[in-house]
Amino acid sequence: MALLDIRNLSVDFDTNDGTVSAVSDVSLSVAPGATLAIVGESGSGKSQTAFAALGLLARNGRATGSVMFDGQEILNAPLSVLNRIRAAEIAMVFQDPMTSLNPYMRVSDQMAEVLTQHKGMSKRDAVAASVRMLDAVKIPDAKARVRLYPHEFSGGMRQRVMIAMSLLARPQLLIADEPTTALDVTVQAQIMHLFAELQQEFGMAVLLITHDLGVVAGFCEEVLVMYGGRIMEQAPTDPLFETPSHPYTRGLLKAIPRVDVATHALDTIPGSPPNMLHPPAGCPFEPRCRWAGEDCRAAVPPLDRFAPGRSRACIRKPEELT
Amino acid sequence: MTDLLKVEDLRVNFDIHRDGDMPWTPPRRLQAVSGVDFTLKQGETLGIVGESGCGKSTLARALIRLVPGEGRALWLGSENLLGLSRSRMMKYRSQIQMVFQDPLASLDPRMTVGQIIAEPLRTHRRDLSAPRVKARVKEMMERVGLLPNQINRYPHEFSGGQCQRIGIARALIVEPKLVICDEPVSALDVSIQAQVINLLMRLQQEMGLSLIFIAHDLSVVRHISNRVMVLYLGKVMEIATRDALFGKPLHPYTQALMSAVPIPDPKIERNKTTIQLEGDLPSPMAPPSGCVFRTRCPKAQALCADNPPVLERKADGEEDQKVACHFA
Repeated sequence: MALLDIRNLSVDFDTNDGTVSAVSDVSLSVAPGATLAIVGESGSGKSQTAFAALGLLARNGRATGSVMFDGQEILNAPLSVLNRIRAAEIAMVFQDPMTSLNPYMRVSDQMAEVLTQHKGMSKRDAVAASVRMLDAVKIPDAKARVRLYPHEFSGGMRQRVMIAMSLLARPQLLIADEPTTALDVTVQAQIMHLFAELQQEFGMAVLLITHDLGVVAGFCEEVLVMYGGRIMEQAPTDPLFETPSHPYTRGLLKAIPRVDVATHALDTIPGSPPNMLHPPAGCPFEPRCRWAGEDCRAAVPPLDRFAPGRSRACIRKPEELT
Repeated sequence: MTDLLKVEDLRVNFDIHRDGDMPWTPPRRLQAVSGVDFTLKQGETLGIVGESGCGKSTLARALIRLVPGEGRALWLGSENLLGLSRSRMMKYRSQIQMVFQDPLASLDPRMTVGQIIAEPLRTHRRDLSAPRVKARVKEMMERVGLLPNQINRYPHEFSGGQCQRIGIARALIVEPKLVICDEPVSALDVSIQAQVINLLMRLQQEMGLSLIFIAHDLSVVRHISNRVMVLYLGKVMEIATRDALFGKPLHPYTQALMSAVPIPDPKIERNKTTIQLEGDLPSPMAPPSGCVFRTRCPKAQALCADNPPVLERKADGEEDQKVACHFA
């Protein structure tokens, strides 16, 4: 059974300019111990999908659909239910470790809070467990540094603190929202290595939200590509990179320069992402797609399964995209 | 090709007063850039890479005197930019322009696109009449892929990629010889990033520009640069042609940096070996003795703490490849 099962999730925001549909009809599931990536550009709805699932939407946001966690409906669930699950069962790591840690609290206090709140531990035991977890994420001299404030850590170390904190209650699912985007590449490599190790050790499932296809290639088993609030393509990692089946995925892979081989010219995707106040009537990628036609504007293409474990939302056949 | 810019022993120091210091406490010295040498040929792109805090932006800012630098930066073999008075420097400001990282923050929200792009002309080309200025602005907008009829719009009406095009148009309107691009694409989405990179490369060809391209993304730097300089804690670790540096990096730091870049190919990415660097960047207030990289270097030995290595050509390196390491 899937650990996290999201069905037909839509997220709308009421703004002064009208309704923004950030996420439309997204379904996904994460099995226990699996690694799934959601890839997309800013505004593609990848983060809002996760925020909606955890009840973290901004006040003007509305979510519809269903989010089952471990057999229990958690979408729009009361706070008492969510508070039992958040941090204890599903933990989240955010992009910017400085703004997601409390600057007025010592690391020991904010980490221990997770355990005193969720596991009913005494403060002393909770701090001791926190130190062990800081050791596990390889923060040197954890025993002394647990007493420090977040600003006394470097960016990479702060992200380690965030990760340690998220793992404290041994969650079954870790949602990491662009966990390495704010970090230098050498630190990014350290953190992704750490994620892989910890995932092995604790056996948790990881939902990685990112725009970096390189990070996805090294870490995830399965990938969802989102654009304009919708899923464009879903596939296991290897086939997605080998035979991308959606025009958007293809464009994306050709638009990134690589460090290991010389690239002669970069293919570009013309135009810019859709304004979600006025999304295109049909396929969201249609205005930028080389293969688009009148039929693409007529209706939103359904996400069709065309091979085992692979789906795509495009009315052109893969072999037509040449 | 002639040398457009010859930089010798460029140093940038900041005097830092800490909170709680008494007024008479002497400031502490932070060496942001120490002893950097390089030459930039006409029409060439020099990529500068390194982690945050390595001094790459400060170096570029020192060249256009946004921060005070010491040493020499010879422009076309004659004048030292670092020693010029404000009024003499004015002449060079139109020849060196800059494109910044945050596309929206670097545009004045109360000015129209036309006013923003025209501003350098109003400063440096006062002889041009208003209609001539407008014509040149429209022409430049077209060249960077903006519609000339958007001339009266404001920056917030544009997307990130379009704002960066406005920034590029503003830099190029005075027909500079050198454009310093400080992380020009790192705030942009992947699909937009490729558009801006291609635009920069095309305009460089058309206008014969030299570029200093600062970025932390090595893949982008590899794509756009002719030569690449690797900085660490304000010092040059390695400088070489693009193919030499990416084909056979010699400095342990360059090697580690390159191995850390994720490759968008699962088979390669999963099987590659990453050289893990231990710990964090040391504080530039108290840089390590000898080689600044030695505290994190897998090859470091006692010698590295005593003698700072000289940036020099190595036996197994390419011509024009210089490395600062005792063991490379």
